[in-house]
Amino acid sequence: MAQVTLRKIVKMYDDTEAVRGIDLDIADKEFVVLVGPSGCGKSTTLRMIAGLEEISGGEIAVDGEIVNDVPPKDRDMAMVFQNYALYPHMSVYQNMSFGLRLKKYPKEEIDKRVQEAARILDIKDLLERKPRQLSGGQRQRVAMGRAIVRNPKVFLFDEPLSNLDAKLRVQMRTEIKRVHQKVRTTTVYVTHDQVEAMTLADRVVVMNKGKIEQIGAPNFLYHSPATRFVAGFIGSPAMNFLPCKLEQAGDGLNVRLSDTIAFAVPAERVQRYRPHVGQDLTFGIRPEHVTEAQPNGSKNLAMFDAGIEVVEPMGNETMVFFSINGTEVCGRTDPNAGAKVGATAKMAAHLDHMHLIDNASGRVL
Amino acid sequence: MTAAEATIDHGAPTRARYGSMSRDRRWALRWSYFFLVLFAIFFLTPPLYMFITSLKTSHEISAATNPWWVFHPTLSNYIELLTSSTYITFFRNSAIVSIFVVCITMLISVPAAFALARMRFWGSAMLATGVFLTYLVPDSLLFIPLFKMFAVFNEWTGIQLINKWWVLLIVYPTLTVPFATWIMIGYFASIPKELDEAALMDGANYRQILMKIFIPVALPGLIAATIFAFTVSWAQFLYPLAFLTSPDQLVLPVGIITTLIKGDVYNWGQIMTGALLGAAPPLIIYAFLMDYYIAGLTAGATKG
Repeated sequence: MAQVTLRKIVKMYDDTEAVRGIDLDIADKEFVVLVGPSGCGKSTTLRMIAGLEEISGGEIAVDGEIVNDVPPKDRDMAMVFQNYALYPHMSVYQNMSFGLRLKKYPKEEIDKRVQEAARILDIKDLLERKPRQLSGGQRQRVAMGRAIVRNPKVFLFDEPLSNLDAKLRVQMRTEIKRVHQKVRTTTVYVTHDQVEAMTLADRVVVMNKGKIEQIGAPNFLYHSPATRFVAGFIGSPAMNFLPCKLEQAGDGLNVRLSDTIAFAVPAERVQRYRPHVGQDLTFGIRPEHVTEAQPNGSKNLAMFDAGIEVVEPMGNETMVFFSINGTEVCGRTDPNAGAKVGATAKMAAHLDHMHLIDNASGRVL
Repeated sequence: MTAAEATIDHGAPTRARYGSMSRDRRWALRWSYFFLVLFAIFFLTPPLYMFITSLKTSHEISAATNPWWVFHPTLSNYIELLTSSTYITFFRNSAIVSIFVVCITMLISVPAAFALARMRFWGSAMLATGVFLTYLVPDSLLFIPLFKMFAVFNEWTGIQLINKWWVLLIVYPTLTVPFATWIMIGYFASIPKELDEAALMDGANYRQILMKIFIPVALPGLIAATIFAFTVSWAQFLYPLAFLTSPDQLVLPVGIITTLIKGDVYNWGQIMTGALLGAAPPLIIYAFLMDYYIAGLTAGATKG
């Protein structure tokens, strides 16, 4: 049971500000993922929650109690590190029980908890081994086991999967999710991988340059990004960004991408976009919303011709690349649509999913 | 196609390259062995000569016979030394001093190295360099000022430090602590930072991190530092020569010289025997901990 509250958290290294005033409320049992490019301050934030870094400004509270000056050992949090940080001279059992032994738990209790955690993580056979005798995935499990046995208020994960190969990473990702469903504990998870963030989180916190760009549920962030940064960071392949101009067209509005291509803004958005007529904006649309032209032309489907330049068949879909006014655009088409390099294809933009971004502020309108 | 590839694989260029590599290697090995043998002869001849001489009577040593051969072997030198109470006293003094110095060194340098390597504080980097610089000041430069300091100390407090064996417990650590600390800093610095952070999160305090994580993980370094401290205090010559005079206070290296050389008379047989027996304890310790010692020195060195 623990809520974690961050109020105007600041971290200074000499003269540089690594974290610049972060406000975040983490609910009890919630799985929150901090995601962002390297150097965005996500790890520093996590380490401040853990107590491994001094807080330069602001307050961190656990269950309403300010912990700024509480040493890490008294915060009752457990942390899983990127490089596992297992004690090399101890067996798996000793590694997992280290924290409990320091707190002088009775032997039977320690044994019960270690066996239980080993069962959850499926590492019962490894308890007598030394860390050097384990594979990367097994080590990561032990590191998680060490956190679980403590039964802490908060779990902290610092890029725990970055050292694993791609296949194992996917496997361990599911494992972490499963463990969190079994052992429901407030969790703060740091990663630079937006897929990890999307798949694991109850709420994702997107950070950039020491600030929070947006907080929200994975799907909400995906469909309603608040800023250009979030729109570009979440989702793979990344959202297409095209310079555009907003024009008056009778009662409605047009988004002009080039001399020849202009889309009519969906009627329900006209009101929202009207103040920005005449401004230089950026038009954003995800690749899956740029498809081959569809016969049953639904509402707000804008058709246009595109000279296909690159075709990447993926099996379940085929990525196509073409240019509009010199900017490369990626679209996802049905593999049966038969996109061909050099051919001119009829494409459709699903304008219900378009975004307009104010170039000056970087905010999505 | 495959056949053609196979021919190319076993073709002349490959074989020639492999041949030249192995010829190179053969020469390198020949030279290595040549120098190894040279050094072995160079370093093992003196102890061999000591051993031969220790089996001779004084009469035979002074006789003009082949010095590399024993004509009338005798154990009398060994028996005389091992039954002489002064020699046993030297041996005991040396052992006590060395063991205590090792303990004192470890008690100071391990926590010091931990603090310097891990607990970042103002001036810690400079202090670490300073510790090593201290080691570079030779004892031959220090023994006269030290002697003067002890005399002044005696004037002020009335406590006599000169000619007491235990004064070595104060003096030797000035030689051993800096170097042992420096070795241990290197070792501790090579332990990943996440390990102490994990221990911190697990609820350990600094003392527990040192005792339960750092010391076991850096055990080879600890052993290297122990051997170093033992060797230094066992073999140190200048300080006991300067500060100790009475036979009951003397340690082995100086004791042998002062009691077995009487004016112009060198009791060579017993000097050789005493030195040979005195070299035994470090040798035994080396033999047991050799692997650790070598691993320890390289690990400390690369870091520095």
